[in-house]
Amino acid sequence: MTSGIEIKGLTKRFSQNVAVDHLNLDIKGNSLFALLGVNGAGKTTLIKMLCCLSRPDEGDAFIHGKSIRSESMQVKKIINISPQETAIAPLLTVRENLEFSVGIYGHPHSECRALADGMINEMSLKEVEKKTARTLSGGWQRRLSIAMALITSPKVLFLDEPTLGLDVIARRELWNVIQSLRSRMTIILTTHYLEEAEAIADRIGIMAEGKLKAVGTADELRQMSGKQNFENAFIAIAKGEIR
Amino acid sequence: MKMLCFASRNTKEMVRDKLNLMFGIGFPVVLLLLLTAIQANIPVELFSLDHLTPGVCVFGLSFVSLFAGLLISKDRGSSLVLRLFTSPMTGSDFIFGYTLPLVIVSLGQIALTVLVAVLLGLRQGFANILLLVVVLLPVVLLNIGLGLLFGTVLNDRQVGGICGALLTNLTAWLSGTWFDLKLVGGVFEAIANAFPFVHAVNAGRAALSGDCSAIFPDILWVIGYSVVIMLAAIIVFSRRMKSDWNGK
Repeated sequence: MTSGIEIKGLTKRFSQNVAVDHLNLDIKGNSLFALLGVNGAGKTTLIKMLCCLSRPDEGDAFIHGKSIRSESMQVKKIINISPQETAIAPLLTVRENLEFSVGIYGHPHSECRALADGMINEMSLKEVEKKTARTLSGGWQRRLSIAMALITSPKVLFLDEPTLGLDVIARRELWNVIQSLRSRMTIILTTHYLEEAEAIADRIGIMAEGKLKAVGTADELRQMSGKQNFENAFIAIAKGEIR
Repeated sequence: MKMLCFASRNTKEMVRDKLNLMFGIGFPVVLLLLLTAIQANIPVELFSLDHLTPGVCVFGLSFVSLFAGLLISKDRGSSLVLRLFTSPMTGSDFIFGYTLPLVIVSLGQIALTVLVAVLLGLRQGFANILLLVVVLLPVVLLNIGLGLLFGTVLNDRQVGGICGALLTNLTAWLSGTWFDLKLVGGVFEAIANAFPFVHAVNAGRAALSGDCSAIFPDILWVIGYSVVIMLAAIIVFSRRMKSDWNGK
C-alpha cells in the first residue's frame, strides 16, 4: 500500500475544548478519502493541521513521509487546498490567477504560463480566461479555485466543501473532474453532502467530538451500522449509537 | 521568485482598484493644481511651489497607508489567505511581497506630483528634486509600515476609517502644509511637532531648496518613526498571521 497520509495520535486543544482527540488514520496514496461529520466535529481543525496552518498539541502526521511538525516547508511543497469559500484574487484575470497560484510555489514565469495553458484546457476555462475573477459566476469561481489548487500538481489535495452552493449540473461536472484526479493524487474531501461522499469516495471517515468514529467504504459503514440507508448509517455512527 | 510573483499580484490588485488610484494619485495632483491657481491670484508664500510640493508629496503618501491596509485586511478576510499560507512562501516573502509594490507605487506618486509641479513652474534643479525624493523615502516606509500594521490588526472597514479618514486628516492638519503651525502655536504646535508629519514636510522643503544642513534634525524624527513603526508592523504581522492560521 502506498501511504499518502499517516496520522498518529494527532491532537489539538483550544482552551478546555479538545477539537481533535488523539486521532489515528492511514490514507492510501492516489485515493479519494471523504471526511464527514456534523459542524464542530473537528474536520476543519484536522485539515488545518494537515495543511501546516495549525500546529498540533500532540501527535504528528506524515504526508508522503514528511512530518507536518518538523518538515512543514517540505509538506507545503507537495500539498494544495481548495478552501470552502472560493479563494481567488478578485482583480486578476482567470489566467493571472492561475499563473499567480503556481508562481508562489517558486516556478519560473515561463513554466507558470505553460502550466496555466494546460490547466485552462483541462478545466475548460478557455472562454473565461481573460475575464476578471470577481466578474465570474459562483460556479466559474469555484472551478477556478479548484484549478488554482490543481495547477501545482500536488501529491495531496484538500477539497473543503468543493460543491457547496453549486447547482446539480455544476456539481455533477465537478464530481467528474474530482474523480478523474484520483489516479494522480491523494484527495481529502470534506463535505456535508452524504450522497457526494457515497458516490465518489473510495473510503469515508466519520468524525464526531474530535474523534474518528468509523472508517470504511460506504458499504462497510452501512454494514457496520446495520442500516440500509447511508444517511441513517452516518447519523447512527456520528451520534455514537454504534460502538 | 515566489516573492516577486506575490509582489506582482499585489501591484495588480492595487493599480486596478480605480477608487484607490483616484484618491491616491488624482487627489494630490488636484490639490496641487487648485492651490497653485489660488497662489496665482492671491500670492501666499506657503502655497509657492517650492513650499507646497513637499507638503503635497507627504500628504499624498498618507494614501499609501490606505492602499497597504486595505490590501492586507482584504486578504486576511478572504479565503485566499488559506491558499497563500498553505503555499511554501516564507514570512519574508510576505513582508517584501507586500512592501515592494507599495514602494514602487509611492515612488510613482512622488514622481507624478513633482512632474505636475515642474509643469506648473517649479524651478528647482534636478539635484534638489532628487534630494527631495531621497528625503521622502523614510516617509514612504513610515506609511507602508502604518498600512501593514493597521491592515494586520483591523478589518477592511476599520482600515478605511483609520487610514482613509483619520491618518489622512492627521497628515493634513499636523504637517504645516496648508497653514503655518506657528500661527496656531501653543498645544496644537507642540502636538504637531510630536508627530512626524511636519518634520517630513520641513525636511522635504529643505531638500528641495538645496539646504542640506536644514534637513537635520527633522529627517531624524521621520527616520525614528519609520524604524519603530516598520519593526512593530513586522512583529505584529508575523504574530497575528500565525494566530490567524491557528484560528485562535
